[in-house]
Amino acid sequence: MDSALLIHRLHFAFTATFHYLFPQLTMGLALLIVVLKTLALRTGNEIYNQSARFWAKIFGINFILGVVTGIPMEFEFGTNWSHFARVTGGVIGQPLVMEGVFSFFLESAFLGLFLFGEKRLSPKGHWWAAFLVFFGSWLSGYFIIVTDAWMQHPVAFQRAADGSFQVISFWGLLLNPWAILQYAHNMSGAVITGAFVMAGVGAYYLLEGKFTDHARVFVRVGVIAGFIFSALQIFPTGDLHGKYMARYQPVTTAAMEGLFKTENGAPMVILGQPDEEHQRIDNPLVVNKVLSFLIYGTSTAEVKGLNEFPKDQWPTNIPLLYYSYHIMAGLGTIFIAVMAAAAFLLWRKKLYESRWLLWIIMLCLPLPYIANTAGWMTAEIGRQPWLVYGLMRTSAGYSKYVHAGNGLFTLLGFMGLYTVLAILFLVLVNREIAHGPSAATENVNAGNPYTVA
Amino acid sequence: MLFIWFWLVAVMITAYVVLDGFDLGAGILHLFIAKTDQERRIVIRTIGPVWDGNEVWLLAGGGTLYFAFPLLYASGFSGFYLPLMIVLWLLILRGIGIELRMHLEGTVWRGFFDGCFALSSILLAIFYGAALGNVVRGVPLNQEGYFFLPLWTNWRTGADPGILDWYTVIAGALALIALTIHGAHYVAVKTSGDLNLRARRVASLLWPALVLVTLVSLWATLSIRPDALTNYRKFPMLYVIPVAVALSLIAMYLHRRRNQDKGAFLASCAYLIFMLVGAAAAVYPNLLVSTTDPALNITVYNAAAGSYSLSYGLIWWISGMLLALGYFVFIYRMFRGKVAA
Ligand code: HDD
Ligand code: HEM
Ligand code: HEM
Repeated sequence: MDSALLIHRLHFAFTATFHYLFPQLTMGLALLIVVLKTLALRTGNEIYNQSARFWAKIFGINFILGVVTGIPMEFEFGTNWSHFARVTGGVIGQPLVMEGVFSFFLESAFLGLFLFGEKRLSPKGHWWAAFLVFFGSWLSGYFIIVTDAWMQHPVAFQRAADGSFQVISFWGLLLNPWAILQYAHNMSGAVITGAFVMAGVGAYYLLEGKFTDHARVFVRVGVIAGFIFSALQIFPTGDLHGKYMARYQPVTTAAMEGLFKTENGAPMVILGQPDEEHQRIDNPLVVNKVLSFLIYGTSTAEVKGLNEFPKDQWPTNIPLLYYSYHIMAGLGTIFIAVMAAAAFLLWRKKLYESRWLLWIIMLCLPLPYIANTAGWMTAEIGRQPWLVYGLMRTSAGYSKYVHAGNGLFTLLGFMGLYTVLAILFLVLVNREIAHGPSAATENVNAGNPYTVA
Repeated sequence: MLFIWFWLVAVMITAYVVLDGFDLGAGILHLFIAKTDQERRIVIRTIGPVWDGNEVWLLAGGGTLYFAFPLLYASGFSGFYLPLMIVLWLLILRGIGIELRMHLEGTVWRGFFDGCFALSSILLAIFYGAALGNVVRGVPLNQEGYFFLPLWTNWRTGADPGILDWYTVIAGALALIALTIHGAHYVAVKTSGDLNLRARRVASLLWPALVLVTLVSLWATLSIRPDALTNYRKFPMLYVIPVAVALSLIAMYLHRRRNQDKGAFLASCAYLIFMLVGAAAAVYPNLLVSTTDPALNITVYNAAAGSYSLSYGLIWWISGMLLALGYFVFIYRMFRGKVAA
């Protein structure tokens, strides 16, 4: 592979993967904070407000990392993928600028008010500030998914005489069916992250015997949300997304599943290592006919294998694609199991005493991050070798005049800087967790920029 | 239509410079005018709730440019690859410098975040000025509409320029001084006591320097790009713009002398606006000029997106921006008045 192309791909993949670690918690927590604020309004119980304040602090730190790592993403379309930007700008320029105009302004305006304006606003007013932050972050998620979905499944465009893509239907682009499915699945994944983080921190406090009143709220809200959204993640959102993929990107589906040869009544591979050279799965653990059933609803349907497609259309990294997909789906199954057990014990009022399960909940905290990252890797590696599916190859899109040396220089720069950011983030969040929710209730106004003379 | 989108992009970029300009100015100044930890905190709090929103103008402005003129975005962003990446790093450092400071106590941590904030603000101002200088000077566009500039070559403005040459260094110095003054006026408006006095003093001291670099940059521009006056000759009306620049400089001086902080701040807003409008008026309809062959210039005509998206865009774009303006008015009203100690 052309080494400049490789560097630009790594550049984008690295920065996007790092960026997405933050928005997934932003979007998930934003919803859960609205839930906490609603409970506070409904019950008048101050403990919910204190919990909301505690999570707002973590939200604030997380948000700022999302912002500073998001700006490079926006630039990279031009800097690293200039030919792609030039040719498709007539289409994806639209959702990208809509994200800025409709959601980033909204979020940034109301975040300050939400974090620092509690004293100045009525409880209702503060609820609205929380709601608008939630709304803005979910809206921004939608626009960026529209962008990605168009690359996966291009719609509503026309090629102009110079070969560029031009949008011909505003709503057609915004309501791309692929985007709607992807959005549902992705947002549910973000809530799973938020729920596991909230429940995990609550479980940690319970195990430590600290802040137990707040910890129960965290565990309860986290487990209920985690259970609901873990279920939604697989069915219907993951299931529908998979069916749609099988229809429009059959070669990707075959590679994800490790299906080298077309089969009637294709099995689902649970474990095993794809061996590209011999076109088979080593050490396979399979369940017969399940794949056909999942995709087509009958256990005998034919599922096309990789052998049906010309090799130059195969995803470029089949083993990585296969593992990403299996990690995502495997973790999804684990989430359901954990959350179902927790929800059951919660219902039987035994959860707060079940230390073994609290341990498991706490240790699961990092897993949704892995699942979400693996999900994106599935989507993006599965799209290869296309940048715009079926229409523009990845090798045609990068910035030809930014040679590998310059690309590597800035990639290393980002790696160094992001390492520092990651360490800072962990230190800061760890400190907030050590302070705990009670500390958050005392000095609501420390460093409050809204205090005026 | 293209004319409208050109000016919408220009308005977005101008709004960014005016709004984030005072954030940068506050950052440049805070190590110099704020002596104690308490004072530094106050300076940061003057911009605390607004800087992120101000930065969104950069994203929305860049996005609008991408939406309306994809070729310019593709060519400019890849050609200015290195300085843009450095700008990104500086934006990251500035963001964490402002926001994470209050989460950690201790002199060393605070010093670290303050240093990030100040250094990144200074360098950002210089880079933005130099970027504008590059656009005015022109770049070696090739047949495909692309180019790539190293950070520097021989510091001359000839056929093989770098991002930095004597001309763009002047532009960088101009931006640094103009934004420092802008920030000083803003900090003066938002603070009282010693901080307010020191901010006023900085603004008064720098005013002569601002007048000087403004004149030097005008001379330098006319000497490397004599054709910069073409539009002005065609539409002599445009000469009101340089007159307005001069008037805002005078207004800035008078308000400063009478210690009218708000007036001085508004005058420096006007100065920045008219400088940028003057540049945009000189460039139109070019977006990026070629130093090698004028036939290769990127113009509003050859860079624009399809007419469907541009005409439809006018509807949602304008409604979105009206909403955004609404939030801004609301937030700045919530935040009016001086920051308490
Ligand atoms: C908590 C995270 C999480 C979990 C448990 C799952 N997913 Fe997922 N999945 C995502 C998080 C995610 C994601 C990060 O949200 C992706 C990446 C792109 C996107 O929009 O969603 C995604 C993409 C994605 C795709 C599309 C790939 C593409 O667009 O090329 C499919 C087919 C699935 N998922 C299917 C599933 C199935 C069948 C799961 C259950 C067993 C599952 N996912 C669990
Ligand atoms: C919705 C927003 C996104 C868009 C528009 C997008 C777009 C792109 C583009 C342009 C590339 C480079 C070209 C290529 O190699 O295909 C890419 C690659 C990649 N992206 Fe994304 N991406 C998005 C989100 C993400 C996220 C959130 C992640 C990570 C979790 C991610 C992971 C990757 C990876 C791993 C690659 C490299 C694939 C490969 O080179 O084989 N992307 N994406
Ligand atoms: C390549 C693709 C991406 C680009 C160009 C991009 C761009 C950006 C930018 C510029 C910001 C900072 C906004 C601000 O200043 O307030 C941001 C933050 C954000 N991004 Fe991304 N992003 C990408 C991928 C994603 C993905 C895949 C999602 C999720 C679906 C996402 C969701 C968000 C959200 C919710 C925020 C605001 C909250 C936060 O900063 O944590 N982004 N993004």
